[in-house]
Amino acid sequence: MGQSNGPGDSRREMNGAGALWATLANHGITTVFGYPGGAIMPVYDALTFYPEVRHVLARHEQGAIHAAEGWAKATGEIGVCIATSGPGATNLVTGLADAMLDSVPLLAITGNVARHLMGTDAFQEADITGITLPITKHNYVVREVSELPRVIAEAIRIARSGRPGPVLVDIPKDIQLAAFAGEIPVPHARPEAPQPLPEVVARAQELLRSAQRPVMMLGGGTVDAAPELTALARAWDIPVITTLMGLGSFPSSDPLWLGMPGMHGSVAANRAISEADVLLGIGLRFDDRVTGRVNGFAPKASIIHVDLDAAEIGKIVRTHLPVRSDAREAALALTEGAQKLERPEWRAQIEEWKSRTVMPEHWGAGYAVKAVVDRLEPDDILSSDVGQHQMLAAQLARFEKPRRWINSGGLGTMGFGFPAAIGAGMAEPGVRSVVIAGDGGFQMTLQELATLKMYDIRNVKICIINNSFLGMVRQWQELFHEKRYSEVWLGDSNPDFVKLAEAYNVPGYRASNAEELPAAIDAWLNDPHSALLEVVVPNEHGVFPMVPAGAALYEMIETEAKAVSAEPTTSPTTAAATEEAKRA
Amino acid sequence: MTSETFQPQDHLISILVRDEPRVLTRITALFGRRGYNIRSLSVGNTEHPGVSRMTIVVSGDRGVVEQAIKQLEKLHDVVRIIDHSLEKYVDREMVLVKVSLTPETRVEVRQIAEDFRSRIVDVGRHALTFEVTGDEGKITAFIEQMRPFGILETMRTGRVALTRGSNADIPTQVYSGDSAALTPAVEPREEKARGVPNLF
Repeated sequence: MGQSNGPGDSRREMNGAGALWATLANHGITTVFGYPGGAIMPVYDALTFYPEVRHVLARHEQGAIHAAEGWAKATGEIGVCIATSGPGATNLVTGLADAMLDSVPLLAITGNVARHLMGTDAFQEADITGITLPITKHNYVVREVSELPRVIAEAIRIARSGRPGPVLVDIPKDIQLAAFAGEIPVPHARPEAPQPLPEVVARAQELLRSAQRPVMMLGGGTVDAAPELTALARAWDIPVITTLMGLGSFPSSDPLWLGMPGMHGSVAANRAISEADVLLGIGLRFDDRVTGRVNGFAPKASIIHVDLDAAEIGKIVRTHLPVRSDAREAALALTEGAQKLERPEWRAQIEEWKSRTVMPEHWGAGYAVKAVVDRLEPDDILSSDVGQHQMLAAQLARFEKPRRWINSGGLGTMGFGFPAAIGAGMAEPGVRSVVIAGDGGFQMTLQELATLKMYDIRNVKICIINNSFLGMVRQWQELFHEKRYSEVWLGDSNPDFVKLAEAYNVPGYRASNAEELPAAIDAWLNDPHSALLEVVVPNEHGVFPMVPAGAALYEMIETEAKAVSAEPTTSPTTAAATEEAKRA
Repeated sequence: MTSETFQPQDHLISILVRDEPRVLTRITALFGRRGYNIRSLSVGNTEHPGVSRMTIVVSGDRGVVEQAIKQLEKLHDVVRIIDHSLEKYVDREMVLVKVSLTPETRVEVRQIAEDFRSRIVDVGRHALTFEVTGDEGKITAFIEQMRPFGILETMRTGRVALTRGSNADIPTQVYSGDSAALTPAVEPREEKARGVPNLF
C-alpha cells in the first residue's frame, strides 16, 4: 500500500515497527508503558511518528507492566507494555504471571535479536516465548513482517476475549526494520458472551427457592456485572460475599453484604459459607486462600458454580450444578422469576456474626489503614501492595463500585501496588489514585517515584504503613514458628521515606501516632501534587480474623487475643496448620 | 482389538493442533505444570496442511482426564480434542524388538514371530530385529514371549488412534487447506468441545 511511516512522514516507507504502532492506534490504544533497549529500538524510533500514542517511560520493566495492569484493572481495557529483548523481557515475567492469575487483559511486546541470531545465545537474547509459555494466555514470535499486524490484532483479541489474560508478542529486530506494505487490521468484533442453558437456570432457581441458608459469592470475574448481580442478590434476598478480587462487585453499604471470605475474611462471610445450604459462586476460581481446607469448605452446601472458563468448574471444589456462562448473562437469567423468600432465622444468624466484626480502636496498622480508607470517596481508586496492609485495606475499606480496588490477588506480588496505582491514575486522571503499601513492598518498585515527576502525575497518593517488618511473614513466624523472626526485620535499614520522596520531588508527610494522623492525612490528600504519607506503626500487630493455612474456614481465629492464647502446638488443627505453613 | 487391554487408569485422547512452532512444548508443558502424567505420546501430520494430530495416553482418574481436557481446550493452538472413551475407536502401536539368537533358539524365535504376524526387519548373526504392530496387549505379549531368549533393545512408537466409522474428526467443511483460514472456521467453542464430557 506504500503507507508512510507515520503522519506527516513521506520520506520513508512503513516498516514493521510502524505497522505495530499503526495497529495499536487502530485498536484505540492511547497509552503504553515501557522501557527501550537495543532490540526494540526500531519500535521506539517509529514511535516518534505516532504522537497519538503516549509512551510512559517507567524506571524498570516491572514498573511498566504493573502500571499497564493498573490501567487495565481500573478501566477494563487492555494494558500494553513494551520491553527490549533478554533482560528487558525477563523483567516482565513477574507482571505476566500476575496478570495470568488475576485474568488481566494485557499485551506485552518484546523485541528480540534478529532472526539469523535467534538460537545462537546472541547478546541480550532470551527465549522469552519459552520462558513465558506457562504464564501467558498465548504467545507469539513474529516470523514474517507481513504477519505482524495480524498477530498483534489477534493477540489483542485473545487477551480481551473470554477469560482475559496476558499475551506476549516477541518481534525480532530485523522484522521491526523490514518494509511492510500490507493492510493495517481493524479490531476484531468481540465475541458474544456465553449464556447459561435454560434448563440449568431452572435447576439453579429451584435450588435457590428451596434454600434455607443461601449465600452468594462473587469473584474477580464479576466486576463488569456489578449492577446485574446486585439486582440478583436483592431480588432473591441472598446475602453476598465478595472475594478479594470481587470487592466492589456488590455495594459494601448494602445490608446483604457480608464482607470477604477466606484466610483473612470476615467472621460473617466465613461462618456463612460454613453453614450455608446453597452456595452460588460466580466468576471465582476457589483459590486456596478463599477455601481454606477444601474438604471443610461449605460442607453443608450444594454449590452452584457459574464461570466463563469451563476448566475452573470442578477444578478445586465439588460442584453440584455447573453453569458455564458469562456472569452478567447468568445474573440476568437467574433474576428473572426471582422470589423473595423470608428466611428470618438465617438473617438473624448473619446479623449476629456481623456484630462480631472488631474494628481497630487502638493505634496500629489497622487503625492507620482505617483512618485512610475512611477518607476515600466512592470514585477514588484504592490500590494496595501485598501483605498485612493489603488484608487490612480489604477488610476495612468500603467499596460501592467495581474497578475501584486494585491489588495483586492471585500471585501476591510485592512491589505491585505503587506502579499499578500510577497506571490507574494515568487512566483516570480525574480521580484520586491512592495506594497503601508496606515498607517492604514499596522498596521493590520505589524507583517509579521518578515517573510521577516526569509525566506531572498529580493524583497518585502513596501511603506507606511502616512497621519496620515484613509484617505478614513476621505474623506467620509468630504464630507457626514460635516467634523465630528470621530475616524479616527492616527497621535498621529502612530509608527515611519522607526524604526519599523529596529526593524525587514528591512531597512527603509523616505521622507516628493517632494524634498526628488526621492532620497528616489532610495535608497529604490536599496536596495539589502526588504525595507520600509515611505512617509509623508498632512493629508486632497481626491481621485478624485469620484462618491458618491448612485449616477449614470454620476453624478461624477471630481475634488477636485468641491467637495469642492458642499456642501453635496445642491443638491438632493448628499443628496441621503449622505443617502446612512450613510447606507454603 | 480395542480397550480390553487398557489399564483402568489410562485414557486415550487425540488432540488436533495447529502446526505452529512450539505447539508440542505447549501441550507437554501443560501436562507437566498441572501434574498430569503422559504414558505415551505420538505426533504426526494429518491430511490437512497446518494441522497435526497427537495421540496421548494420560494416566489418572476420570477427574484428572476431564480437567486435562478442559485445560487443553483453552490452548489457542488446539483445534479439537477427542476423548476416545466416549466412542468406538481403533488403536495401534508399533514396536521394534531386537532379540538375541543362538543356533538352538533360532527356530523357536522365528516361530513365535510368525505366530504374532511379526516381520523381520533386520537379520544379524546373533540377533533378529522384529517389527510388530498391534494393540498394546499384543505388543506386550510379544515382548513377554521373547524375553526368555534375551531382548537386546526395544523401541515402541506409542499408541495412535482413530475413531471408528466414516466420520472424520475434522469436518472437511471446516478446512480450506490453508492454516490462516483455520482460525475463524473453528472458533466456536461448541465445535471444539465435541468429545468432552459435557457438564453444561
